[in-house]
Amino acid sequence: MGAITAVAGFAEKTFVIAELEARKLRHDPTELLTRAIQPALWLVVLGSVFTRTHAIPTGGLPYLDFMAPGILAQSVLFIAIFYGIAVIWERDLGLVHKLLVSPTPRTALVLGKAVSAGVRGLSQAVIIYLLAWLLGVKINWHPLALIGVLVVVLLGAACFSTLSLIIAAIVKTRERFMGIGQVLTMPLFFASNAIYPVAIMPTWLQVCAQVNPLTYEVDALRALMLPAGQSLHGLGLDGAILVIVLAGLVLVGARLYPRIAT
Amino acid sequence: MSVLETKDLTRRFGTLTAVDALTMSVEAGEIFALLGANGAGKTVTMKMLTTLLRPSGGNARVAGFDIVHHAAQVRRVIGYVPQLVSADGALTGYENLLIFAKLYDIARSDRDERIREALAFMELTEVRDKLVREYSGGMIRRLEIAAAMLHRPPVLFLDEPTIGLDPIARRAVWERIEDLRSQYGTTIVFTTHLMEEADVCTRLAIMHRGRIVTLGTPSELKASIGGADRTMDDVFIHYAGGAVEAGGTYRETSRARRVAQRLG
Repeated sequence: MGAITAVAGFAEKTFVIAELEARKLRHDPTELLTRAIQPALWLVVLGSVFTRTHAIPTGGLPYLDFMAPGILAQSVLFIAIFYGIAVIWERDLGLVHKLLVSPTPRTALVLGKAVSAGVRGLSQAVIIYLLAWLLGVKINWHPLALIGVLVVVLLGAACFSTLSLIIAAIVKTRERFMGIGQVLTMPLFFASNAIYPVAIMPTWLQVCAQVNPLTYEVDALRALMLPAGQSLHGLGLDGAILVIVLAGLVLVGARLYPRIAT
Repeated sequence: MSVLETKDLTRRFGTLTAVDALTMSVEAGEIFALLGANGAGKTVTMKMLTTLLRPSGGNARVAGFDIVHHAAQVRRVIGYVPQLVSADGALTGYENLLIFAKLYDIARSDRDERIREALAFMELTEVRDKLVREYSGGMIRRLEIAAAMLHRPPVLFLDEPTIGLDPIARRAVWERIEDLRSQYGTTIVFTTHLMEEADVCTRLAIMHRGRIVTLGTPSELKASIGGADRTMDDVFIHYAGGAVEAGGTYRETSRARRVAQRLG
């Protein structure tokens, strides 16, 4: 009984933190629209050019279809990885101090932030589905597949935003953070199966791709988003890896988050 | 009965001892001031007492709970208004309070009533649905105090509560703080470097380079340097060596100015 109350309390606190972020978005949703521009460019420009070259083996899929789940994962990654900036911003204000002085468990604070990054990620999913549909990508509209995409996007956003929070807690200043954020996003993106299959990579890059959580996120999204999409690792493994990575990151994040207030 | 006790409370950062063997106690219902120049150790002391920073040595108890070993319990019995702006500008005043009501486990059935009362108490009812970024500095501070008081903590910590406010807003904030104490019996512990604010407290400690150099009621301290015609400025100059300009790193200075700019 005590354990159930504790878990319920923890979940409640996590959602309060997510609610805080969701309310901010509701007051000012312009951010969501400006963030749609970059994925649109990737899909429209890169996607349409590469579709004509037929240079990348996609297992029979049109290239645009192949890359659409990759671009979804990428745009969620780009939002999530700069999440730490908001944490540093809150540090320059006193909000972090106020949250840390409240009786909220540190893990709930960190997981709540992760969930709210997921909410932002979901808005990207809506935009990319719309773009992909307009560009003629064959989409799997089965409700279960859609729910699966939501879950994977949430998990992916949560993982990378928590990684971002950890970096923010270590470097503490905006300038240093921006540098590291830039250095991190492109390698994560390119060392994954987002815009080309792992099989065509040189061996050393394949190794990097195998330990990159983004690869599993894209793998799951490709299987769920496209009627002809297949998961190379299996949805179960993809999901399990994302959950384990997230749990590990949240635990580390909860230890480091209080450093932001010092 | 003392609600706050410290014994040899110490915090070091590398070779710098920011707070050096601080021993003091605060009685229930007091308005207690920690006075000192920038860098005297006031904020570091407050961060330790509010569980944000672990002491390097010594210990402290707040409402009977050890700040290191029972940090979670301490957090339930204190309210804290940081020096930096802690209300979220992108939310309304009401939403700011709602989030903290939830984080402090105020029962769903009591929440609305509690928030309504807090807004009325701080004279913010009319602006409850406005975004906080449209508030004046004094309104932001009052909202922050309202948020810190929602769960009716017996002890309220205020770090430089009136920094960056004009004299009128400052006065309004102080009136609310004094009402809190008379209405709810809240013990108030605050830091300041404004001497005139020291006159509102029941007792004060002057800190200099991490140590308490003197502690007493305002009139005791004035008497200690030669009588009732002395001002708090004289007291401060006497005990802190007039070193108002000592300390204050680049970071502290830019922070203080940023806060002043946001609130002003």
